Amino acid sequence: MMRKFAAAKVEDIIKSIPMPVYAPIEENGLVQYDRYEEGAKLNLDTCKTEKSPKDVLFPQWEDMMHFRVEGKNISLTEQERCSQDYVLFGARACDLKAFEVLDRVFLVDPVDTYYAARRAHGITVAIACGQPEDTCFCGVFGIDPANPTADVVLWKAGEEYYAEAQTKRGEELMANWETEEANAADVEPVKAEITKKLAEKPFANLSLKGLDGDHMMEMFGSDKWKKLSMACLGCGSCTFVCPTCQCYDIRDYDSGKDIQRYRCWDSCMYSDFTLMAHGTNRPTQVERYRQRFMHKLCYYPANNEGLYSCVGCGRCVRKCPMNLNIVKVIKALGEENK
Amino acid sequence: MTKETLVPVLGVVTDVRVDTPDVKTFRVNALEGGKCFEHKPGQCAMLSIPGVGEAMFSITSSPTNKEFMEFSIKKCGCLTEWLHRMEVGQQITVRGPYGNAFPVDTDLKGQSLLFVAGGIGLAPLRSVINYVRDNRADYGKVAIVYGSRSKDDLVDYPEIVNEWCQEAGIDVYLTIDAAQEGWDGHVGFVPNYVGELGFNPDTYGRALVCGPPIMIKFTLQALEKLGFGHTQVYTTMELRMKCGVGKCGRCNIGHKYVCKDGPVFRYDELGELPDEY
Repeated sequence: MMRKFAAAKVEDIIKSIPMPVYAPIEENGLVQYDRYEEGAKLNLDTCKTEKSPKDVLFPQWEDMMHFRVEGKNISLTEQERCSQDYVLFGARACDLKAFEVLDRVFLVDPVDTYYAARRAHGITVAIACGQPEDTCFCGVFGIDPANPTADVVLWKAGEEYYAEAQTKRGEELMANWETEEANAADVEPVKAEITKKLAEKPFANLSLKGLDGDHMMEMFGSDKWKKLSMACLGCGSCTFVCPTCQCYDIRDYDSGKDIQRYRCWDSCMYSDFTLMAHGTNRPTQVERYRQRFMHKLCYYPANNEGLYSCVGCGRCVRKCPMNLNIVKVIKALGEENK
Repeated sequence: MTKETLVPVLGVVTDVRVDTPDVKTFRVNALEGGKCFEHKPGQCAMLSIPGVGEAMFSITSSPTNKEFMEFSIKKCGCLTEWLHRMEVGQQITVRGPYGNAFPVDTDLKGQSLLFVAGGIGLAPLRSVINYVRDNRADYGKVAIVYGSRSKDDLVDYPEIVNEWCQEAGIDVYLTIDAAQEGWDGHVGFVPNYVGELGFNPDTYGRALVCGPPIMIKFTLQALEKLGFGHTQVYTTMELRMKCGVGKCGRCNIGHKYVCKDGPVFRYDELGELPDEY
């Protein structure tokens, strides 16, 4: 059932939610998902946050367990899993689709219980993208930014938010919000406007033809990787802002008191990513660069019924210091396989 | 399998055997005795020393050994240096078992088997060899070609000489890279020796190969020359791993993860994947 409330009241609604809320917060000119606290500068209008809300499910750095070592003996204490419900407020269609991509990694057998607990306790409130940016191309991957998949979806129309629960959890959350009845038909022009704007964006008509799990050897063997990757610095920015990159490292930190085993994001763009005592199977940036895009456009789809592990959020397009990105790869390799 | 992905159980080292100047074999038990978990031949486990690191090692003991697990470990990096300093009674963390296994109960059953190993590459195959020895009636003839740099670098030498060589139906062929005093056996590289011995693919229905990448490569060529088909040959791979369950994203060859979909690959399966290993 469609409800609505004044846009100026959104902060009051967030404050009324009786559990932690993660929302886009502006600080020093950057908009990032963070725990909302009284006085924080909420920014729900920015289309693309710097990093995706991936951290909420899969933090950049995560404490997993602690060891105590005494002589030859070891004792182990596991870190508690997430046990409290929370709300992710203001997420966009692409970032929520990325959660599905992550689910197919972390929730398949054997389940990653750290991720699973966070996923189970999260309630999502999405906002339809009123202002897609030039770097947006989610539509290429079949994502509709006018109709995100979430527990509650918000559409901004003028100075009002229209809100509709899509799940029972969403209904329960909205039950406590001060809203008034609204006509669902009023949202249709907003959705149509979003669809129109996205279609006018420069990458709207990218073709993925020839890029899938069935073209592994052609894509891998292409002579274009060398030129495509030549300028890559291996800085890993693309992997850190990417909502679907899930590679991680596990490391130990000896605090002097005990030893903490933590998990942190890693990047296939780094030279030590696959380094072993006898060497590495990806010795130059060409192989590392190829690995990242082969994974997004070929290996992941091969393992997941054709689902790509790119959602077209465009953060890598915006962030790469050398102006390299997946759009260039799609254009170069897609044409080749036509 | 250990209950939680990434969360290990504790094990204790109950025996340390010095195999070669840089290989030791560690016997590991659960703290309460017995094994930490059951495994199949060819599977691996993550061992770690908290504060030093964690890495994947093949379980070299056979699942038919009900008392303990064994790991043959070559000293070649930071963690393995540390492991080599372990004494009996040292506790370590263990999780697994990970990966597929050699198809001992399906494709290999009823076949005569040719094992080809180089150096520390014997470790994963030893699990299969001893499994086959303990289920002798299920398999035909067994031939083992094993080579190392020198006589002193042959892993498990006492077991090979005192047990394998003494058993009817098992032919053992040892070789070392260069002639050495006190060695009157064969001298030469493993792949060449396999060619010289001229194994017949009709007799030996399946071949299992493990060793350094270069040795695997040339052995596969030698087997091909002898007429072995790609579906007759298995090998086992190793790439860098962190999670062991196909999620940390680093041990993939194409869309296959060595930790989860491997480490055992049939030669024809490997041929369908990008050459990046």
